[in-house]
Amino acid sequence: MAEPARKQDDETQRPEGETGDGPVIEVHKLVTHYGERKILSDVDLKVKQGEVLVIMGGSGSGKSTLLNTLLGLLRPTSGTVRILGQDLHAITDLERTHLRQKMGVAFQGGALFSSMSVLENIMLPLREHTQLDIHTMRIMARLKLQVVNLSGFEDLMPAELSGGMIKRAAFARAVVMDPRILFCDEPSAGLDPVVASAIDELILNLREAMGMSIVVVTHELESAFRIADRICVLDKGKILIIGTVEEVKNCDNERVQNLLNRRTEEEILDPEEYLRRLTAAHD
Amino acid sequence: MAEAEGERQTLGGVDAFVARAKAFCERVGNATVSAISEVGLGAWLLFQVLFWIVMGRGRAQPVRIPATFERAMEVGIRALPIVTMMSVTVGMMLAIQGIYSLRIFGAEDQVTIGVAFSVAREFGPLITGILVAGRTGSSLAARIGTMRISQEIDALQVMGIDPIRFIVAPALIAMTIMVPLLTFWADVIMLAGAGWYVSMELGMSMGAYVDQIRELLRPTDVMHGIWKSLLFGVEITLVGVINGANVQGGAEGVGRMTTRSVVLSISAIIVTDMIFAFITTR
Repeated sequence: MAEPARKQDDETQRPEGETGDGPVIEVHKLVTHYGERKILSDVDLKVKQGEVLVIMGGSGSGKSTLLNTLLGLLRPTSGTVRILGQDLHAITDLERTHLRQKMGVAFQGGALFSSMSVLENIMLPLREHTQLDIHTMRIMARLKLQVVNLSGFEDLMPAELSGGMIKRAAFARAVVMDPRILFCDEPSAGLDPVVASAIDELILNLREAMGMSIVVVTHELESAFRIADRICVLDKGKILIIGTVEEVKNCDNERVQNLLNRRTEEEILDPEEYLRRLTAAHD
Repeated sequence: MAEAEGERQTLGGVDAFVARAKAFCERVGNATVSAISEVGLGAWLLFQVLFWIVMGRGRAQPVRIPATFERAMEVGIRALPIVTMMSVTVGMMLAIQGIYSLRIFGAEDQVTIGVAFSVAREFGPLITGILVAGRTGSSLAARIGTMRISQEIDALQVMGIDPIRFIVAPALIAMTIMVPLLTFWADVIMLAGAGWYVSMELGMSMGAYVDQIRELLRPTDVMHGIWKSLLFGVEITLVGVINGANVQGGAEGVGRMTTRSVVLSISAIIVTDMIFAFITTR
């Protein structure tokens, strides 16, 4: 009963970003607080159709908060997030549920459901949002497992997978509904360089094969330079620069360069002062 | 540091008392506010679950029957061994104490009256409730807490799957069905346990004991306990879910909230028990 109604809905008020070349994500003057603390201030951001945008920043720069706000998990204090033309925080729950079927998320730790096998995990979105029969769902889930190079591990439980495999399974689950936008939270964190590089490759392949826009949050420079079309550098809740890899590398902002060259912004202590602090000999 | 020290010293006895009293009032106030907001949260959760049960199908997002069935197995069937064991024990304990106290009046053969009413109205639901709170309430809190920490709840939300429909609703439905059923089972087993001891101790035949029970117990007495246990089931679920959802700070947080959920749900059960008994016996 609900199915035809939904289709009609989609056609009558198809938002601009849905079809055209407009931005798939549009963030306008976003401000977010955590309690009293201001985390993001006046963030403006656009993600174009089919591009890989990397959001980079050190710990505490607000990149996770930005991601959570883009996903609709956190409500901003002010400002808007438009995804595929719809205001994520103003639409009804039902509309948001439909919108979310066009978004896939690969979480940092995978966030696979530990009580379900790998295949069941990947089938879950299909099971909840489509009327397909179980065989079709299985085939679709297996196809996605092939895409992420994880065939043959369908029946394992998440606890039996290695870190890299969990990431791959998370990617498979994120793209099982063929989303328009894929979000990845720290895709290469906690992986060895070889596996991390394979994950980068996977992200590029997914974009190539499925034409989706991809937003990656990471602090790994190497990975960011490799996969990004554009990089957005976030620092203390503000965007320092958004631009292509070259533009960011050549940017003369001191803080951007500090981040790129892994220079600490903490005061550098001379050995004597350091020793004094260690021994707690104040004044 | 030094300044603060100085300030503290300048505070006289009266000032210190006022400061302490103020801090105490603040603590009590905060605790009250958070307690009330938790009750509100419970009511909201209950409303949400009812919403998904009624509206889910229309939105093509029904509460899943297999998931509910799986929960019911976990809550009910897998609890049968422990509930049975405890019920036999409590039944015998009641018979022992009953015979001991009635012996004062030389009225040991009246023990059935005490056993029948106390089991059906009190001990059946209470013991079942406490066991379920320890078994299922804690596991619910731990499960939801762990899912929160590992971002599984976030994952559900971004997939467009409402966690209340997906996790809470099946648990709540399973509890409202299984806790009353378990209670009825516990009633039967407790009465049987008591009967076994009574027949041994007083030489009363099992048939006569059963006849006495059937004569004494009216359906309203049994239903008194069953209705109460339904309330317990709802309370245990809501307390477990709220505590699980409030987990913060990793493994230690999960442990703390799991403990809190067990303590709170058992307290809630006992208080509800008293209030329910008070209201229905007037």
